[in-house]
Amino acid sequence: MEGLRQQEFIEWADQYLRGELSPEEQSAFEKYCVEYPAYAAVFAEHKAFLQRLKQADARLVFKERLNKNAIKYAQESEIKEPAKIIRLWRKVQLNAAVAATIAIVSVFSTLWLTGYYRNLKKTTTDYSALRRDMNTVKRNVNAHNAAIKNIKSGKDHTETMHFGATGFMITRDGYVVTNYHVITGADSVHLQNHRGQSFKADIIFTNPEKDLAILHISDSTFKSSKNIPYTFKKQDSDLGEDIYTIGFPRDEAVYGQGYLSSSTGYAGDTLAYQISIPVNPGNSGGPVLDKDGHVIGIISGKQKGIDGAAFAIKTKALLETLNSIPADALKGNIVLSNRNGLSSLNRTEQIKRLQEYIYIVKVY
Amino acid sequence: MSKDKSDTNIDLEILRGMESGDNLAIHKLYTLYYPTIAKMVINNQGSREEAQDIFQETVMVLYDKVISGDFELSSKLQTFLYAISKRLWLKQLTRGESKYYKDQLDQLEDSLAAEDAIEEHMVTEANLLQMEGALLMLGEPCKTILHDYYIKSASMTDICEKFGYTNPDNAKNQKYKCLQRLKKVFFKK
Repeated sequence: MEGLRQQEFIEWADQYLRGELSPEEQSAFEKYCVEYPAYAAVFAEHKAFLQRLKQADARLVFKERLNKNAIKYAQESEIKEPAKIIRLWRKVQLNAAVAATIAIVSVFSTLWLTGYYRNLKKTTTDYSALRRDMNTVKRNVNAHNAAIKNIKSGKDHTETMHFGATGFMITRDGYVVTNYHVITGADSVHLQNHRGQSFKADIIFTNPEKDLAILHISDSTFKSSKNIPYTFKKQDSDLGEDIYTIGFPRDEAVYGQGYLSSSTGYAGDTLAYQISIPVNPGNSGGPVLDKDGHVIGIISGKQKGIDGAAFAIKTKALLETLNSIPADALKGNIVLSNRNGLSSLNRTEQIKRLQEYIYIVKVY
Repeated sequence: MSKDKSDTNIDLEILRGMESGDNLAIHKLYTLYYPTIAKMVINNQGSREEAQDIFQETVMVLYDKVISGDFELSSKLQTFLYAISKRLWLKQLTRGESKYYKDQLDQLEDSLAAEDAIEEHMVTEANLLQMEGALLMLGEPCKTILHDYYIKSASMTDICEKFGYTNPDNAKNQKYKCLQRLKKVFFKK
């Protein structure tokens, strides 16, 4: 078999395989193969070789594509692959979320439990109400002592007194006014006079907006007192007026003297005066009287950080509050005294007369 | 149910795409199935590169199976690929070591099918590797001429123009010479 003939045959075979031959030529090729078995073998081999070539080529192409995709994918995922710290974050994300939740919950529940939110308003404004925290330290120690005693005795007695302030009578039959902030959250309210007698009192009416509370002494040991020596002044008083108060910033009555310094109260409150009297926690609810013994206001609070800026609720607000009490809440009508027994007395005499009508308000 | 169906549809689409050499199918194959397999390899003492290699070999096994025409999608493609790559990876792990992992292997349902497919792939690979090597060794323009003529079925006149031969007969001569050279390289090996 010479080379040239083989080349020609291969060419022919290619044409046959590619279907470039006419039907007659095709049958001629087939006949030729039958006639020359040697060429048939060459043809078969050539065909098989081409088959393999095609297969290999396709496979190569596929592999190449696969490789390209692999590279592409690797690049893509590399871009997607975030920095170490972010991967770390993804891992601990859940744990962090749980931890943060616990932290937040515990912080806020602790704040809530310790009464932070109840005090928040007070601590964020510079207005401070003047009720007195009664000997906190002493009380704590007492409570501890009581607890220790209770371990031995098995008795359950706890001292739960919370606050102290001042209140004063508005009628002779036992109506007393004090500040609303004094008696908020009270279990019971007791009034103690300057002789040390203590009476239980009911809360008749409260007016949180005006910060006023009307109490009534319900104790059977209480006897109606003599006529109230002071009257209530309905008109606004003038600036510079000489005024004084008696209150209980401690367990003894404390006299304070000063002047009316402004006709409006904290933040322009028209229902209060600004007064210049040294007041302290415990003065809350104390009467403010002018030189003739007219009650012109009720001490309610002072402004922190400013010297001598205390506030007193105007008598007008008290009268408005008294008028707004529903009749069925009252135990007998409120009849304000209209006879002033103080105007002719000097200050020390006035105070002597007054003391009887001013009470320590003890809130339990 | 509908999800299963759509999964199967995607699998079939990918298989069809592989047959026709569709680039998109390969990309899909990667995005859908590579992550699980990479995880498997990496979690079993493998590196990222090894995971790539295993996945590519797995795809080649599938490819051979598909091209030979006897592949039937009996389970999810994912399952099949996973079985194969697991088998391949364990083979690599146990290369030259004890056959400790063997027991573990045989628990796998699909391992038998996978093993068959891999064996088939090995045979095909052995058969074609020579040809692939020969094709790679064949320089230009022979490679392109043969590729154009036999694979793309381009006409002789086109090839003649493309490579600047004066007439088709010259091109035919060249093609024959190239074919002979390829055969020589192929059979010599």
